[in-house]
Amino acid sequence: MKKKKRNNTIAEKKRTMAQDIKLEKIDDFRWSIPKAGGMRVPGMIYSSEKMLESISMDQSPAQVANVAHLPGIVKYSLAMPDMHWGYGFPIGGVAAFDANEGIVSPGGVGYDINCGCRLVSTGLQFNDVRNRISGLVDALFNQIPTGVGSRGKIKLSRGDEKRVCIEGAKWTVKNGLGCADDIEHTEDGGALPGADPDAVSDRAYERGIDQLGTLGSGNHFLEVGLVDKVYDSLTAAAFGLHEGQVTVLIHSGSRGFGYQVCDDFLHKLTKHVRTLSLDLPDRQLACAYFDSPEGAQYFSAMACAANYAWANRQALMHLTREVFERYFSMAPRDLQMRLVYDVAHNIAKKEVHVVDGVKRTLCVHRKGATRAFPAGHPHVPDAYKTVGQPILIPGDMGRNSYVMVGTEKAMEETFGSCCHGAGRLLSRHAAVKKAKGRIIYREMEDKGVVVRAHGRSTLAEEMPEAYKDISDVVHVVEGAGIAKKVVRLRPLGLIKG
Amino acid sequence: MFSQHTSVTFNLMEHYRLFDHTADLGMEFFGESLKKLFVSAGIGLFDVITDLNEVNPSWHFNIEIDGIDIEDLLINWLRELLYLHQVKKMLLKEFVIDEIGETFLKGYAVGEPIDEEKHVVKKEVKAATYHGVELREEAGQWSARVVFDL
Repeated sequence: MKKKKRNNTIAEKKRTMAQDIKLEKIDDFRWSIPKAGGMRVPGMIYSSEKMLESISMDQSPAQVANVAHLPGIVKYSLAMPDMHWGYGFPIGGVAAFDANEGIVSPGGVGYDINCGCRLVSTGLQFNDVRNRISGLVDALFNQIPTGVGSRGKIKLSRGDEKRVCIEGAKWTVKNGLGCADDIEHTEDGGALPGADPDAVSDRAYERGIDQLGTLGSGNHFLEVGLVDKVYDSLTAAAFGLHEGQVTVLIHSGSRGFGYQVCDDFLHKLTKHVRTLSLDLPDRQLACAYFDSPEGAQYFSAMACAANYAWANRQALMHLTREVFERYFSMAPRDLQMRLVYDVAHNIAKKEVHVVDGVKRTLCVHRKGATRAFPAGHPHVPDAYKTVGQPILIPGDMGRNSYVMVGTEKAMEETFGSCCHGAGRLLSRHAAVKKAKGRIIYREMEDKGVVVRAHGRSTLAEEMPEAYKDISDVVHVVEGAGIAKKVVRLRPLGLIKG
Repeated sequence: MFSQHTSVTFNLMEHYRLFDHTADLGMEFFGESLKKLFVSAGIGLFDVITDLNEVNPSWHFNIEIDGIDIEDLLINWLRELLYLHQVKKMLLKEFVIDEIGETFLKGYAVGEPIDEEKHVVKKEVKAATYHGVELREEAGQWSARVVFDL
């Protein structure tokens, strides 16, 4: 190939623009990015003044502006206070697109399709486990496959994988790993409709064959904790939570199956988007019109991966129940391990929302954001109908996590969405540098948190200082009125990849 | 069989460096030619994944891919290497590009299956993303920036 000087001035200009994004204060918890250039709508960021400093340090505000360029976007491109620099869409981003005129984008969902959280309550109190945490965490670490490329005990035939794609968590329960109540307490009953196994590639099936019931690596974890503060006792009681109660929080997703679905469609839609004459500010924003064969195919494949993730978290919860039963020598009826809720935070959903007084069908992308529906919404489980949907917001491994509840304000303002976690502050690379010479698991033990992980670098990358302070994040969403605190959880021990 | 290899010297600084990205892993690759740049991308990726000194070059995989342009071709090359790693459970250490154009590449990668007794897989790299992907040539030096999702 003939060498040529490549012209990168456009890319460089875009990067410069990224650093020039101006944020205008709306109130103490909301900031606007005014419409400029090719933006079809403004951006809106939920943040306090205190949190804005770290947000402005990376390119995430520019990514909020980039998303606003996409066709059919409704009202504004949103970001939650846990936002940080992602690829294409920011992590912590929410964007809704008109189902007739708008797009769907694999980058707006992410690689780990339906990465999410599942909270399990138990009949155990802190005193029951106080002196047994270390042994419990060891038992969990030994029995639950974690870490890079972890393979599970559940081997799926291609036929099984296709059934998982359609049935999601119901497949896991049908195969003896759970009970009917678990399904009732899972977002969308643990299975998105419209999943088409034929839309999924052979490579995705190959990657998913032995990963059901595995936690994975990176920021995925399984944490034993306790309810250490109750803010709203009525709602907490409806969720079956009370002070001093032992809980389990599981954070995982669709594993290699979902990563492959995302990658396959980024590959396809990068070509497809050229036929649409869209001027995208970032190639990772590749998309198709929702109401087009290409858009429909991605949406059906994404639903398969979302359902795989629900099946996975259901299997992980079952393994956890088995470990607890053996370790405490207690029967299920005494342990009372009940699913409080399972919620996705990397997903695109077809939902009906009222926009400027008119009901519209939208494709809502939540990329590192959690659904947050209020009391009375038809998609909230019957048991929680009078209080609203539980929102699960894990903090870093040394600090608290929160259970919040959805509000009407979230329906009006954020398409029923809220934050999903603490949000990274340091890059993994920077965190490893900062952890040099330190023994993170010992520091955690000093804080009263027992940690088991495969790699030292995982612990360094995931150390508390690598994340924003979760209490700052929940302060913003509560202050803005898009969620309400119900209880706070304190970690006792956790396993990581 | 592998006599045509450009011998791989693991002076890794020549091949790549890491740059900060809050969520993921940013990598910048270098090469004195487009072919060498693609080789560096393979070496850099697998150096992040494992200790290359522990990998024997005993299995050979032919790779032929295309792309809509040179950046897409680079992402597709990395995609193919990640597929061999994640699905075929391979660790790769040597990379040869026989032919390359703006939209087409023919070459092969050499390595061996993951042996849990011998190899440490340090990182799970989910995918090579298109976010901010850039490939450039200045005064005979080629470089490329890629963000990987972890």
